[in-house]
Amino acid sequence: MSKANREPLLHITKRKAMPWQQSWLIRLISIVAALIVCAVITTAATGLDPMSVYGTMLEGAFGTERKIWVLGKETAVLLCIAVAMAPAFRMKFWNLGGEGQVLIGTLISAACMIYLGDKIPSGLLILLMVVASVVVGAIWAGIPAFFKAKWNTNETLFTLMMNYVAIQLVAYYIIIWESPKGSGKVGIINQSTNAGWLPSLGSYQYLLNILIVALVTILMFVYLKYSKHGYEISVVGESQRTARYVGIKVDRVIIRTLLVSGGICGLCGFLMVAGTDHTITTTLAGGRGFLGVLVAWLAQFNPLAMVLVSLLLCVLSRGAGEISTIYGLNQSFGDILTGIILFFIIGSEFFINYKIHLRGGARKKGGSN
Amino acid sequence: MGSNTPAVSMRNITKTFGTIVANDDVSLDIYKGEILSLLGENGSGKTTLMNMLSGIYFPDSGQISINGQPVTIASPREAFDHGIGMIHQHFKLVDVFTAAENIVLGLKEEGRLDLTRAGERIRKICDTYGFDVDPKQKIYNMSVSQKQTVEIVKVLYRGADILILDEPTAVLTPQETDKLFAVLRNMKKDGKTVVIITHKLHEVEAISDRVVVLRKGRYIGEMKTSETNAQEMTNMMVGREVALNIDRPAPVDPRPRIRVENLTVRSSDNVLKLDDVTFTAKAGEILGIAGISGCGQKELLEAIAGLQPVQSGSIRYINDDGTEENLVGKDPLKIADMGVSLSFVPEDRLGMGLVGSMDLTDNMMLRSFRSGKGIFTDRKTPRKLAEKVVEELEVNTPGVSTPVRRLSGGNVQKVLVGREIAASPTVLLSAYAVRGLDINSSYTIYELLNQQKKEGVAVVYVGEDLDVLLELCDRILVLCSGRVSGIVDGASADKNQVGMMMTRLGGGASDE
Repeated sequence: MSKANREPLLHITKRKAMPWQQSWLIRLISIVAALIVCAVITTAATGLDPMSVYGTMLEGAFGTERKIWVLGKETAVLLCIAVAMAPAFRMKFWNLGGEGQVLIGTLISAACMIYLGDKIPSGLLILLMVVASVVVGAIWAGIPAFFKAKWNTNETLFTLMMNYVAIQLVAYYIIIWESPKGSGKVGIINQSTNAGWLPSLGSYQYLLNILIVALVTILMFVYLKYSKHGYEISVVGESQRTARYVGIKVDRVIIRTLLVSGGICGLCGFLMVAGTDHTITTTLAGGRGFLGVLVAWLAQFNPLAMVLVSLLLCVLSRGAGEISTIYGLNQSFGDILTGIILFFIIGSEFFINYKIHLRGGARKKGGSN
Repeated sequence: MGSNTPAVSMRNITKTFGTIVANDDVSLDIYKGEILSLLGENGSGKTTLMNMLSGIYFPDSGQISINGQPVTIASPREAFDHGIGMIHQHFKLVDVFTAAENIVLGLKEEGRLDLTRAGERIRKICDTYGFDVDPKQKIYNMSVSQKQTVEIVKVLYRGADILILDEPTAVLTPQETDKLFAVLRNMKKDGKTVVIITHKLHEVEAISDRVVVLRKGRYIGEMKTSETNAQEMTNMMVGREVALNIDRPAPVDPRPRIRVENLTVRSSDNVLKLDDVTFTAKAGEILGIAGISGCGQKELLEAIAGLQPVQSGSIRYINDDGTEENLVGKDPLKIADMGVSLSFVPEDRLGMGLVGSMDLTDNMMLRSFRSGKGIFTDRKTPRKLAEKVVEELEVNTPGVSTPVRRLSGGNVQKVLVGREIAASPTVLLSAYAVRGLDINSSYTIYELLNQQKKEGVAVVYVGEDLDVLLELCDRILVLCSGRVSGIVDGASADKNQVGMMMTRLGGGASDE
């Protein structure tokens, strides 16, 4: 019987619900652990003092007033995309087309600025740009939603493919609009007239952008939590059969929700062109359409939690950029540190939900492991 | 019973999941060559206890011995090494494989795969115990009872001497149950040990030598089956005196409420599910629907509720003033808009009737969320309703903000039925309303249905336990492969006759 007479090395059991203080303590510990691991790797790989590296990272994110504004601007863009994902993901519609929906919004905004910049007053132009970018973003998400609702196509692949269509469209128009000719770039649009540029509030160039995203975030929170639509979205996401059983028109909810999701992405594209960059490139969204997906998941689809998560990600990325310039490190090194920190934060959720028992742990405390 | 050393001995077994204590210091002996019933209500820890014996769970503390030797069973494979095999409630078979392929799946036999030889061994096992299995038949072509047989043969093929069956009769007709019991008796004669997990008393009486009762994870007692009776076992199981008869008040002024005529329904893959079904459900009576599972019961209720496209035929709702309205082609919302108050307790409680991850209040809102002002939902009214249901139906929950998935089966059903009844329906459709419920909760549900009946509601009760159908229902419609096999009077019908009607149209005896 000796062969069979052994307890499994470790087994995992689900924990009971944990008080929030304890779960936040675990998250805090995980961040501290991440920083320690990062410190060890930093010292081993570069020989630098980890504390000064961390200091530089914070410096890079918050060091000057300008840096804080840039951080705010970056956070707003990421938050806006994550908020746009929220209703779709609540409905378990995996919209991976944020990138394309944002880009198509930037495209239509840029088109309005270029073709109508000197024809209509700037105020009207901005209004037109908002409407156009929201509508086009909504259409870009609405197409896969329609196919999903009618024929149950795979929304993940469909939205993903729509990204490439959008990128190619933007690439095509950049050639048409390039300025100066032959540069392969669209320079700053309407630099002399500022037509279609979002105005600065006082001397704060990015403030209007941040306020608009804050408003959208709050509205989305209320929409999801208190409106009938939000309730329908939750029901459809949990069980389409239950939704049909109580007379919710599932296909209509899917399309409607994706119009909202895509519309906000389109709005985000407008904010980029009109509010901050005043130009258009194929990499304007810069992968943030996908990073927004990560933010939405980490925040468990809660728009208010997304504020914290997108801020954290932007601080990390700004800090990573800073240390690579200050210490002349490869840009990838900053990304490695960011990756380690994210890994620990996501991993901490496992320890909040599960408990690990080691062999012999039950009988003799502090056994030979 | 056989030798003095038990074949299996479990001592002081405790198993917890989070805060839930599934088994608390349970000790139990199983002797060679006996059929032992493990009796207890849902959540009493029967399945958990046996899962530890078959290597699926590992006990937190306690000792298992086989033939007097202390052992540790850390995986199902190790359980097989000790000759222990378990047949689970949910079959674990690969649909596109044949019976023989499923049976040898996962076995590490010497040499190359030889299905012919395996087939011969399977036939031999079948001949010994009286099974009827074709090794070459694919699983997806099999009936539920055939699939169960394959599971049993699979365990025997691996040389198990101790077989554990988890609620094996839940999916069988009375005739199939008899066949299974005959096989189990053959196994016993052959010296095998059988443990059968159940909460049905008449089965305990029919098959087992000994019965062990669990309650709330604890060992309550054991008896020889011949020396006990249903009332005593129930009292031990529930922990207090329980009356074991279901009320059937005489219907008051039964009037036609729903008239279904020539209803034919095909599923989305064009399989004929209902074929020319005609019947009338009356206000103030309970119409039972009997049939082997999957014979069109689900489609019938869903067609009435507006959830299932109808190919032909009509479903008419008859108002009190005699006017009629056709429900075919209308979705649940339209039916409600017509002023027809139709409630539906579906079979799939957490997948259809309720949303598992939502709390009680939000689940109450499923029916009423549209009545809020403007674009916002009203949470106050559903919250009050949730509190009312919790209080009146004695739902055991930490509060109305608990996700319903965390509640036990009986409490989930009370929440669902409570919500459906709150709409003061004129028609109440229910599918397998007491499936998986313990005795207490089942009787609460019967009581609620009877109450609705007295209030003049047309109740349709799709059930699987014939004894209950015969006690509760005024009339019973028997379905056989989507067709009406007959409609019988609940008070005078004979159980065997209904059983025959379930398997053969009209119930005529086979006479070849």
